Amino acid sequence: MPIASKIGLTLIAGGRVIDPASGRDGVADVLIADGVIKAVDRAIPAESLDGNTRVIRAEGMVVCPGFIDIHTHLREPGFEYKETIATGAAAAAAGGFTTICAMPNTDPAIDNAAMVDYVLGRAATTPARVKVIGCVTKDRAGRELADMEELMDAGVVAFSDDGDPVYDAGLMRLALTYSRGLGVPITNHCQDHALCPGGEMAEGWVSSRLGLAGIPSVAEEAMVARDIGLAELTGGRLHLAHLSSAGSVAMVRQAKERGILVTAEVCPHHLLLTDEWALGVKGNPAVSAGVMAYDTSTKVYPPLRTGADVAACVAGLADGTIDCVATDHAPHDRVSKECTYHDAAFGISVLETALGTVMAAVHSGAVGLADMVERLTTGPARVMGDGFAGYAGLTPGTPADVVIFNPDALWTVDVNDFASMGRNTPLNGVELRGRVAATLVDGKVVFEEPGLINTGGEL
Amino acid sequence: MVAAAAADTLNLRENTPSAPGLRRHVLDLDDFTAEELTATLDNAAAMRGVLERDVKKVPALRGRVVMTLFYEASTRTRISFEEAGKILSADVINMTANASSVQKGESLLNTGLTLQAMGVDVIVIRHPHAGAPHFLARNLSNVAVINAGDGAHAHPTQGLLDLYTAREHLGGIAGRKVVIVGDVLHSRVARSAVWGFARMGASVVLSGPPTLMPDPFVPQGWGTGTGGNGVANQLAGVTVEPDLDAAIEGADLVMALRLQSERQQRGFFPSVREYIRRWQVNDDRMARANPDALLMHPGPMNEGIEVSSRLAHGERSLIEEQVTNGVAIRMALLYQLAGVTGVED
Repeated sequence: MPIASKIGLTLIAGGRVIDPASGRDGVADVLIADGVIKAVDRAIPAESLDGNTRVIRAEGMVVCPGFIDIHTHLREPGFEYKETIATGAAAAAAGGFTTICAMPNTDPAIDNAAMVDYVLGRAATTPARVKVIGCVTKDRAGRELADMEELMDAGVVAFSDDGDPVYDAGLMRLALTYSRGLGVPITNHCQDHALCPGGEMAEGWVSSRLGLAGIPSVAEEAMVARDIGLAELTGGRLHLAHLSSAGSVAMVRQAKERGILVTAEVCPHHLLLTDEWALGVKGNPAVSAGVMAYDTSTKVYPPLRTGADVAACVAGLADGTIDCVATDHAPHDRVSKECTYHDAAFGISVLETALGTVMAAVHSGAVGLADMVERLTTGPARVMGDGFAGYAGLTPGTPADVVIFNPDALWTVDVNDFASMGRNTPLNGVELRGRVAATLVDGKVVFEEPGLINTGGEL
Repeated sequence: MVAAAAADTLNLRENTPSAPGLRRHVLDLDDFTAEELTATLDNAAAMRGVLERDVKKVPALRGRVVMTLFYEASTRTRISFEEAGKILSADVINMTANASSVQKGESLLNTGLTLQAMGVDVIVIRHPHAGAPHFLARNLSNVAVINAGDGAHAHPTQGLLDLYTAREHLGGIAGRKVVIVGDVLHSRVARSAVWGFARMGASVVLSGPPTLMPDPFVPQGWGTGTGGNGVANQLAGVTVEPDLDAAIEGADLVMALRLQSERQQRGFFPSVREYIRRWQVNDDRMARANPDALLMHPGPMNEGIEVSSRLAHGERSLIEEQVTNGVAIRMALLYQLAGVTGVED
């Protein structure tokens, strides 16, 4: 977490302020004093300012609480050649995320207090806040519960064996029951391995055409159904990671209608890309797969699915069935992706393209801009619980975690510009609309896109 | 005029979709038009003529280096590529994964870059992973890549030799009914055959245990104008009929696929006995096909399982001829990718 220094007053002037926490959506100024939100108003009175006030002109921009990512793989310790806590946090800042939650599938796994301390120590000076998710089971082995109370005391914000599901239904029941009083969710990665042995991509005409082993939607849905049943049985706080299929969205919608305590997230790529991207032509129609086929940057779990699944995920996000966007940022080194599709690692480097990707659903009219901001801020904060409330609003007195973005800026993704060490994205070379201009944590500018905004102005 | 000397000698088709240098790689048959398929088969016919000569040697690939890079066991495919290359006067080098730096952990990319740096003109690759040839082709700028079988994806040279053999014996492919029976789900042979036969106008019926039938190879709605992803459906004539007795009705050609014992162990079908009962191609079943229907099998065959012994060695079987034609097809493709048109015979 950055150290809040005495930096005096900052005024973010003239932007469209969208603050889901207060319901505000309109042109306003945001005044920050000593790293804390001081006021949000149509026009901040001049007597509130002093001669040293730094002014950020935000006309034409959206000004909103910093984004919160509750599903980030930072790879440290164990896989520092893929990403470090420092580079991952820098990528977060570049993507507009002011708070990220590190998944515990590191080596060693984050299943005890010492590991939590290690990660939090490494994150003490990063440009974005780094929270830690602890393992559900010891060593993520799926056999016995980790010391959850100890992990809570050390500061974890959720539990997950992500990368793998909590496969044993009985153990998942115990985890949901045991953690009931802890106030944080159990995030499960839903995948029934028996339904997708050796699976490489979504099962469908593309996998059939390419001769790749399929992962049917039911591999996810079977466990989503199981977990909803367990949530109903236990009253525990179930959070479903990265929904990708229309069937999963429908089940979560129905569960919420029945009053079951369940929350869900969706990744940016599942809101835009389909399995056809594995053909290597960026989703364009093609008769022949050609030399570009088997684009390993499209290999991700859960897999990219059909247009109907994408539409269902977008609709689920729009109507609140899906509570939030989460990146599942999964950076990989070159060697892990420069190989055959079979050998390639699962995962996409997402943090720096997340906004531009989800904005496609806003520009298409499927999701309102204010709703999308909600799904990136108060939505994820609500999933995580009370501890996040202070980071998800422009409420006076709370830390000034703010993102300023241009919703219409067109830009072409170039992985060479990434702050993340992970250059693995199928969006490389793709034009996106919507770009982060500046990110502030504790009132300090931790990222600024040159040319889009000037954060160094004076009154 | 020395240009095209090799072509003159061989009576090959020039200035056609199969002329040397027009195509960079052979990764699958999905990017072959019917015209290019026909031209390739015509070239293979000319190569067949070379194979029947007393002195089997022509200079079409003199000075070219062809590398066979096999990450999987193979007898007929590797040897037929080697023979094809040598008859065309190429220098052929064979590399197998278990006797190379691959054993020391060298990546496919680095192996490919090393071979390119050594001046190899053509890499013929077989690999257990679908898309390995595409990966090589994408990353090597100066090498032609031929797919000799990649995972469950494609085996285009097998598809071409099947087309060639079928055309020779059926007198044509358009309008014919071809039944492909067996483990289509995991079959690279079937995937390539489907593209080839469908593009040349045959109707193709896929048959076998329902657990081993694939999803369609094209999106739903293809062939309905702008449906699917907007590309006309060239696989409209491909259907699935698990019941072989129904599928084989009126067939002109039956292609039985190799059955791997691993599929039974993993439960795709209950027993070999039941497989034989339902899906073996035998005399009784062939009686339902057209009277002059023919049998093919890509090999290696589990004789008595996919095909009855009587049928496999009977007069309807084209299995051995497929092998001979495989050499001719591979000669034609090597010529089309790397043929030297400026040499004298």
